[in-house]
Amino acid sequence: MTAMSKRKNGNGGEAAAAGSNLPQPETLMAWYREMLLIRRFEEKAGQLYGMGLIGGFCHLYIGQEAVAVGIQHTLTEKDSVITGYRDHGHMLVCGMEPRRVMAELTGRETGYSKGKGGSMHMFAKDKKFYGGHGIVGAQIPLGTGIAFAHKYEEDGGLCAAYCGDGAVNQGQVYESFNMAALWKLPVLYVIENNRYGMGTSVQRAAAGERLCDRGRAYGIPGEQVDGMDVLAVEATANRLVEKIRAGEGPQILEAMTYRYRGHSMSDPAKYRTKDEVEEMRTQHDPIENLKRIIEVNGFADEATFKAIDKEIRDVVNESAKFAQDSPEPDPSELWTDILVES
Amino acid sequence: MPALSPTMTEGNLARWLKKEGDPVRSGDVLAEIETDKATMEFEAVDEGVLGKILVPEGTQGVAVNTPIGVLLEEGESADAVPTSASAATGGRAKGDEPRTADHAPVGEKPASEAPAAPTEGEAPAPAAKVPAEAKKPAAADPDLPPGTTFVKQTVREALRDAMAEEMRRDPKVFLMGEEVAQYQGAYKVSQGLLDEFGAKRVIDTPITEHGFAGLGVGAAMAGLRPIVEFMTWNFAMQAMDHIINSAAKTLYMAGGQMGCPIVFRGPNGAAARVAAQHSQEYSSWYSHCPGLKVVAPWSAADAKGLLKAAIRDPNPIVFLENEMLYGQSFEVPQIDDHVLPIGKAKVVREGTDVTMTAFSLMMGHAVAAADALAEQGISVELIDLRTIRPLDVETIVNSVKKTNRLVSVEEGWPQSGIGSELAALMMEHAFDYLDAPVVRVTGKDVPMPYAANLEKLALPQVHDMVEAAKAVCYRT
Repeated sequence: MTAMSKRKNGNGGEAAAAGSNLPQPETLMAWYREMLLIRRFEEKAGQLYGMGLIGGFCHLYIGQEAVAVGIQHTLTEKDSVITGYRDHGHMLVCGMEPRRVMAELTGRETGYSKGKGGSMHMFAKDKKFYGGHGIVGAQIPLGTGIAFAHKYEEDGGLCAAYCGDGAVNQGQVYESFNMAALWKLPVLYVIENNRYGMGTSVQRAAAGERLCDRGRAYGIPGEQVDGMDVLAVEATANRLVEKIRAGEGPQILEAMTYRYRGHSMSDPAKYRTKDEVEEMRTQHDPIENLKRIIEVNGFADEATFKAIDKEIRDVVNESAKFAQDSPEPDPSELWTDILVES
Repeated sequence: MPALSPTMTEGNLARWLKKEGDPVRSGDVLAEIETDKATMEFEAVDEGVLGKILVPEGTQGVAVNTPIGVLLEEGESADAVPTSASAATGGRAKGDEPRTADHAPVGEKPASEAPAAPTEGEAPAPAAKVPAEAKKPAAADPDLPPGTTFVKQTVREALRDAMAEEMRRDPKVFLMGEEVAQYQGAYKVSQGLLDEFGAKRVIDTPITEHGFAGLGVGAAMAGLRPIVEFMTWNFAMQAMDHIINSAAKTLYMAGGQMGCPIVFRGPNGAAARVAAQHSQEYSSWYSHCPGLKVVAPWSAADAKGLLKAAIRDPNPIVFLENEMLYGQSFEVPQIDDHVLPIGKAKVVREGTDVTMTAFSLMMGHAVAAADALAEQGISVELIDLRTIRPLDVETIVNSVKKTNRLVSVEEGWPQSGIGSELAALMMEHAFDYLDAPVVRVTGKDVPMPYAANLEKLALPQVHDMVEAAKAVCYRT
């Protein structure tokens, strides 16, 4: 019933079998690198959290990498991105610097928000990345407003507004769907369905069959895609983005995905079985999936993968070092950035 | 004259659709009545013959409940009814505008009572007739050039002009909200804007405050300059998450990288007889939050100058208007670009014995109280706070250092209110100057009742302000 279970040939089989339609090898390698960067970055963040260097809430993106990477490659620099609090992956694929993201996670003055935002509140206006929002579902009307601005300015851009399966039950999401459909706003709603809104499974929280159909009453088309397969995510998102650019208004993409870690660092994740997690990690891992496709098609060898892995570990280690070496914000920063002084 | 809105006190008889002798059936339109918000058709609720027209068409300012015509039942004669028209009713013919003092706030009609919630048989009255500034001119706002001329305008018109001027000036400014476009504004504040600026910039929203407030904030983050109108601030409670979490905090959370230039505006506080859910005063709620500016003007001139400033301000602004003020007229300076500084209170009247602060609708009451106190030999220094956040502490403290007494007036509830804040500030900044404890005049600590007498009891009255000022002056 889910897109994921429709796959016939096991991990990577479908995409590999369609080898002739694959993107260019360098494209696949780029996606591989980005997913691996997110994975290693998040592993490091988890480690720093355990060391007490990252505080508060920290929601890791491990397992969901194919979603942000696949979507991002359908966007251009005219387009905007906004997401909720599981946001590190989106920031990295938007081109934000890993070291400054890590510095923000550790509350340092070199972070994107000078250490005043933290994991859930980071922005990069020059990358058109609008956060990073800590209130479940709030980013959906905000993203709809960003799409409104694209249309108002007639700049040809669209907004990719991400939310989780939990946020889809928020009333403001439907208020947004309504206005987006009424005004044909250029917005791609991406539902990252990782099966659990914190500890409550989708089945226990969301009525109806598929979350991607939640826009049907407003005439918003929705599609479901295997969110563990970056090729499928990119291909489907591309189709929807083209419809948005053609002026057809909002579209919904539900990516069926999974987070390997708990909801946040303090979540023991006892609401699901170890077998379930293990099955996802070993059978559906998005990075291993893409690696296999690359290998099967002979685009890279093991030595190349090793080199990439080392390169990314270096980037991540350097980020962690940069963060730890950076000072905390000056006490005077307590009183800055409350209002724009005009 | 029928009451056709909760706050209507008088209307204009625009047109009779029946003439004397015409038969009338229930549901027939008898006349067109102009309220302060709209032209309404007035339907007959009974059958008969229109025996006599008591108020001719074209008559303006006919008080609510004034008989405008006589409907005869079968067998009745028109000769039996009195022929009087406007003389006894306070109505006035076209061209017979009431005389007003220059440079002074004037009530919409020559009311003799202070503004108050209605009691039995008494219509809700607009604010004070008292030409405060004509009696004792206070310092004009510093940026008004000498020799400026003034024109009489309602607060409603001043707000509309402020938006129109700013929309002409900056194409990124747009207005969205419920009924702002085709309906011309639920309270007619946006009248004419759709015609001038088109549907792209004057946007009717669905009745979904949470969603459209968030949409406005997102548009502001992306570089536009939204004005989000709430039909009333009561409904903005559904939007509060976006006002505070999304708008007010973003600049800080982004380390200054990304802000939110947006104006949330609409009528705040009690209107008249609309009960608890529709009668709430929010200045203290929003004034609690860093990252917001909170503006609550009284006069039309301040409404215009401060709204223009708010639209240009790079920060999120909560702009609290008042429905009872919309129809009130004030002198507005005739200058090309009347912009006032946010964060500055205004000494409306200088005095020596006691400082009284108020804002928005309560300023009219405070003016009346100051007049009454003057007659009793107590000189009130009256300060219109105008901006609630950032509060102009300096102006208030300087005044208290002079008068040594402070009475704070607000319509909202007492606990954690503006008066509570002022009391604390005076302890911090003027403790040694106080000759009496700071006294708060506030709305009562109850949800707003519907019954007219109870509503009046719940709201601060002129009498309460007079008594508070006498108490801090140790006068009985």
